[in-house]
Order: sequence, then C-alpha cells, then structure tokens
Amino acid sequence: MRFGVVIFPGSTCDQDCLYVIRKVLGAPAVPVWHASSKLPEVDVVILPGGFSYGDYLRAGAIAATSPVMGAIRRFAQEGGLVLGICNGFQILVEAGLLPGALLSNLSTRFLCRTVHVRVENPHTPFTRAYHQGQVLRLPIAHAAGRYYAPSPLLTELETRGQVVFRYCDEAGQTTPEANPNGSVHHIAGICNERGNVLGLMPHPERSSESALGSEDGLLLFHSLLLQAEAVR
Amino acid sequence: MATFRVIITLKPGILDAQGQAIRRGLLALGFEGIQEVRTGRYLEIDVPEGWGEEKIRAMCEGLLAHPLVEEYRLEGC
Repeated sequence: MRFGVVIFPGSTCDQDCLYVIRKVLGAPAVPVWHASSKLPEVDVVILPGGFSYGDYLRAGAIAATSPVMGAIRRFAQEGGLVLGICNGFQILVEAGLLPGALLSNLSTRFLCRTVHVRVENPHTPFTRAYHQGQVLRLPIAHAAGRYYAPSPLLTELETRGQVVFRYCDEAGQTTPEANPNGSVHHIAGICNERGNVLGLMPHPERSSESALGSEDGLLLFHSLLLQAEAVR
Repeated sequence: MATFRVIITLKPGILDAQGQAIRRGLLALGFEGIQEVRTGRYLEIDVPEGWGEEKIRAMCEGLLAHPLVEEYRLEGC
C-alpha cells in the first residue's frame, strides 16, 4: 500500500506523516505538491495538519481551491482512500468532500493538548484495527475544530455511521467537560457516506510511538494496511 | 474598475465565540446592557467594469462565505 502526503503552503505535519508511514509503519510514501493537477500512483492520499495559506478567510478554504484538490476529488470518486488530519480535515470540509463545517473553538483559544476519543465506527478502512467503543489518547492542536452540522444532516450522519470518532473522557463517557472545542455531538472525526474519505481533528501521526506518550494513532495507519490485505 | 464591499457574518443562531468574548470585554469596561456582539469579515474587491451582482454572488457562494454557516451582504452593487 502506497501513501501520498500532500504539501500545501503552510502545511506543518507533512514530514511527521511521511516519517510515521516510512519509519514506523514501514510502508512507501511520497510527497505530493499542491500545485500538481495529477496524483502519483498511490492507494491513500493524506492531507496533513498545519496552517495552509495562514488560515486566511477560513481554515482550509484557500487550499480547497488548489489544483491537487481536483485530482483528489476524482481519486475519491473512484473509491481511493483520502485521510484529512486537522487542517486536512478542514480542507476536505471546505472542498465539499466531507459534509458540515469547522468553526472557531468555543473557548476562542488555540488548544494544544491530549484528549480522549472514542471509536464509534470500527468498520471503515481507517478504523479496522480498532474495536467499537475503544478509547484512544490522541493530541489535538487547533483553533477551529468545532464541528457543526445542522440537525437534519447530523441525524443522517449518526444513522449512517459516519460519526467515526467522538471526544470523551478517560472512561469513554461523553461528558460536557470532555468536549474540548464545542463540537456538536462531541464529533472529532467523520467519514463520507461511502466510507472512503475520513477527516479528524486529533493527530494520529503525533501518537504513533511510545516516546511521544501514545501509540493509539498508529492503529489508524495499521487499519489501512489491513484494508489493503482485505481487498487483495 | 468597480469596487464591491462584501460583509460576511455567521448565520443567526450559530454561536459566535469571538463575538461573545468581545461582549464580555465590553461589559468588563462598564458598557452594561450590551446584548450581543456579532463578528465578521470585510472585503473590498476591485472588479472589471460591467461585472454584475450575479458574478459577485457566485464568488461569495463559491469561496468567500461558507453557505452552511455564513451569510453575506454586498455593498456598492
């Protein structure tokens, strides 16, 4: 399974993603420049975290107009796997590849800390290595992570299993205190209806080695390898 | 050349966290009675002569405002 990691002007987590895939996961990965209108031969495209175009206008809005996004849209339509992490999630929402919107955190502060997240749907290509209800420790680092969807859309997302990750406390309870940014229904990550596009605010690539305090994020990348074996 | 002014705000009912923080600041300065503060973005866009409102709206809906959570108004049309 071959990974492509997109680099936008202002991406900051691209090297972290390339490092984890190559050195920790042991899979091939190539960088993809935002200005290219074609993707290299890859099975998964990752949109990494950062501050593309300085978060001008709205986080992810300008990156969503990049030439590479046309190629990513076609790739996703053909069933290719697309993962957006943090700013990558914001870009996918702005590009319309994922529903809803990401607003400023309720606290209006930039939040940089470790949170707990519960796996709500372990049946996606990105979550096969997790089990239902598993509680993960993952870091967040964002100013605009408050997921919002109007109530009819929210109901659809819930009934279709598109809510993949939810903020919770250590015991897996979705208490108000465990919601760092005010997201509706504690949503930390969602997928599209088909299940081949996933976006999440926490950083799995920053929690893939015990030296960084948690390896819970590595299972997301492992899930993709399991997916490749299952498809083969 | 014509200049359009675009004002973008969160839709009513969507919690404006910045607006709330600014309101608290104003209350702290003694400006009692302030019910609500709504924030937004302001843009001035120079466009070629003859561009109609329709084209400006297409820009607003295509990029400048997020249709799900934001609304916009135009001045100078």
